[in-house]
Amino acid sequence: MCVAMPGRVLSVMDGIARVDFDGNLIEARADLVQVKEGDRVLVHAGLIIQKLSATEAEEMDAIFAELRSAADLREIMGESDENR
Amino acid sequence: MKITLAEGAGGVSTARLISEVFAKHFQNPILAGMEDAAVLPTESFSQIALTTDSFVVTPLFFKGGDIGRLAVAGTVNDLLMRGATPRYLTAAFIIETGTDTDTLEKIARSMAETAKEAGVLIVAGDTKVVEGDGQVFINTTGVGFVPAGVEISASRAEVGDVVLLSGTLGDHHAALLSARMGIENAVESDAAPLTAMVQELLSAGIRLHAMRDVTRGGLGTVLTEIAEASGVQIELEEESLPLTPAVKSFCGLLGLSPLYMGNEGKLIALLPAEEAERAIEIVRSSPYGKNAAIIGTVAAGDGVILRTPLGGRRKIGPLVGEGLPRIC
Amino acid sequence: MRTADLVQAIAAYDGKPLTIMEVCGTHTAAISECGIPSLLPSTIRLISGPGCPVCVTVSAYIDRLIQLATSPNTCVVSFGDVLRVKGSSGDLRSTKGARVEMVYTPFRALELAESDPYTTFVFAAVGFETTAPLYALLVEQIIARGIDNLKLLTALKTMPAVIRTLCQEDNTGGNACTADFFSTIDGFIAPGHVATVTGSALFGELAQEVGKPFAVAGFTAPSLLAAILALAGSAGRAEVYNFYPSAVTAEGNLEALAKVDRYFEPCNAAWRGLGTIPHSGLRLREAFAHLDAGSDALTADHIPAGCHCGQVIAGKCAPANCPMFGKACTPESPIGACMVSMEGACYHHYINDRR
Repeated sequence: MCVAMPGRVLSVMDGIARVDFDGNLIEARADLVQVKEGDRVLVHAGLIIQKLSATEAEEMDAIFAELRSAADLREIMGESDENR
Repeated sequence: MKITLAEGAGGVSTARLISEVFAKHFQNPILAGMEDAAVLPTESFSQIALTTDSFVVTPLFFKGGDIGRLAVAGTVNDLLMRGATPRYLTAAFIIETGTDTDTLEKIARSMAETAKEAGVLIVAGDTKVVEGDGQVFINTTGVGFVPAGVEISASRAEVGDVVLLSGTLGDHHAALLSARMGIENAVESDAAPLTAMVQELLSAGIRLHAMRDVTRGGLGTVLTEIAEASGVQIELEEESLPLTPAVKSFCGLLGLSPLYMGNEGKLIALLPAEEAERAIEIVRSSPYGKNAAIIGTVAAGDGVILRTPLGGRRKIGPLVGEGLPRIC
Repeated sequence: MRTADLVQAIAAYDGKPLTIMEVCGTHTAAISECGIPSLLPSTIRLISGPGCPVCVTVSAYIDRLIQLATSPNTCVVSFGDVLRVKGSSGDLRSTKGARVEMVYTPFRALELAESDPYTTFVFAAVGFETTAPLYALLVEQIIARGIDNLKLLTALKTMPAVIRTLCQEDNTGGNACTADFFSTIDGFIAPGHVATVTGSALFGELAQEVGKPFAVAGFTAPSLLAAILALAGSAGRAEVYNFYPSAVTAEGNLEALAKVDRYFEPCNAAWRGLGTIPHSGLRLREAFAHLDAGSDALTADHIPAGCHCGQVIAGKCAPANCPMFGKACTPESPIGACMVSMEGACYHHYINDRR
């Protein structure tokens, strides 16, 4: 039920954003997040709950960086100091 | 003009409705006789295919089609799925009072166009009127002839077969649901008769084992039925499923799965692996088949398994629950 | 390092048996969709938690909705799944004469109310911290637009208290349902969209309190796999990880939190199958009580005999070990809420043959 999808803002007017999801246009309220045309946003049931700060590629890199920072994982990942 | 109970009484008003709305568009010598039954020539085939379907979709007109087109294409496709050459249709209408004759004309015109495309004649019909609020229900029964040596059945899939899907999933269902939920997109129903596609496959000598049109219940339901009837396991590759970005995102927005979204102009065919390349080429160059793809294979075992892009495997069953009401 | 490496690393896990709880129902669905259960070694078990709003709604709430929907000049407006959960006698969708509108967004209720002033509309306001901001804005709009025929029936719940409760009851005893060597929850996959609103720091505090790791995850395969790996490597440590960095920050969406705080306050809440948990819900503040359609005291919970949903969402019973699973209780004829909801543990385990 916490279904939320990333989409792209096409326009914002009077607190309502038109958001595009690969050709599906949804009107979502933009009261809680400052957005402008072109922003990538997360929409939950007609409300923008966050502006997405990274592209999918950047997010992947961040995920791996976070994983590396967990100390015990080097063993689990089968990495030695040379591979890192 | 609004339909009243008089149009259903069987007298002058009924006759006028039939001739001015239905017969006017369904014109053919057999129907013109206006007899109690149509008497049809048998041809040189040894087997008759017979099918019936009723159509209760709401709204009557939607992006990409209407109830009339569905009523013809749906029944024609069912005949084609057994390898039959579709020939004749009946069309029975149950019309609620309050329906406009303009609406009925639009429907009749659409049925005539679709019938022409499908290569069938509408040769018998019926009209009834009931109290209501403008809804129209249609039943069509179809007759076709099966050439000797053609045996296509859900129970004939074999280990080693490939699964061919003729195009993108979920378009019809998504088009209807978009309209109902007020979500703007360019998705259109794919309602279409697949006569040309199937006849090209048959005349090229492709040995089709099983064939089904992917209607309500979706791909998951249809493949589960085939796997059970044939006593085999069907393995699907999720990444090879044809799906438009708009339908994929639409499903994501509403938490739906494309595997259970219905179509009205797509088929799956199970056929020997060595014929796959030829079959795909034929389907891709036939009307409505340009996005055809091989989506899986048949193995020993039971059920339907989906291999995810991650390389994981999960079991796919039939659609459970009501899905979406009144989409066909 | 790419996703394939994560898959390999998980398959190669050879540490002690682990139980990881995916709190959020949307995570249960995403994990099933990606095919993750089939890629885990038998020593890593994923269990579903209570983060499915429909699964934790008590029967009294449904009964009240039915009562409202069948009252003259009243219409219930709701998300889809709520319509199929059983109250003490039936569900909303199959109740004759029940007037219901299914919507994608609660804001649609504003238009419905304005276009039909003679009907009282009641929105079935269920959900967690992700959805609370919507309801806060709904209340704000009702007031701003002077709408007097739209109210809320609330069953809003929050994460921290229920997670604390699960950890407290965490016992090594097992029960009739748990017949294997998994006994305690070793880590949590924290809900990604709840965290988008609340911030990940909340789960860091929770980690400190209960002495277990929390990994906030998004809904894609790499994010979920990374979360599982991080938890596998952090057993017993009070850590919080963020694997949904594009949407989740430490402090969350402060505007949203402030908006919720303006219109709602914490309260005790009744969880289906778990009983009343203090401070685990949200209710309209006194000043806005006139917009409430009778949410208070809806605590009665009629659980069908033999239903183990309460234990399933607490992670104490695997769906397959409930005696009714797949027999009397199936998605076609569901008995428990976990089988009704399309994010329910039992529903997913059944349709995906998850073990």
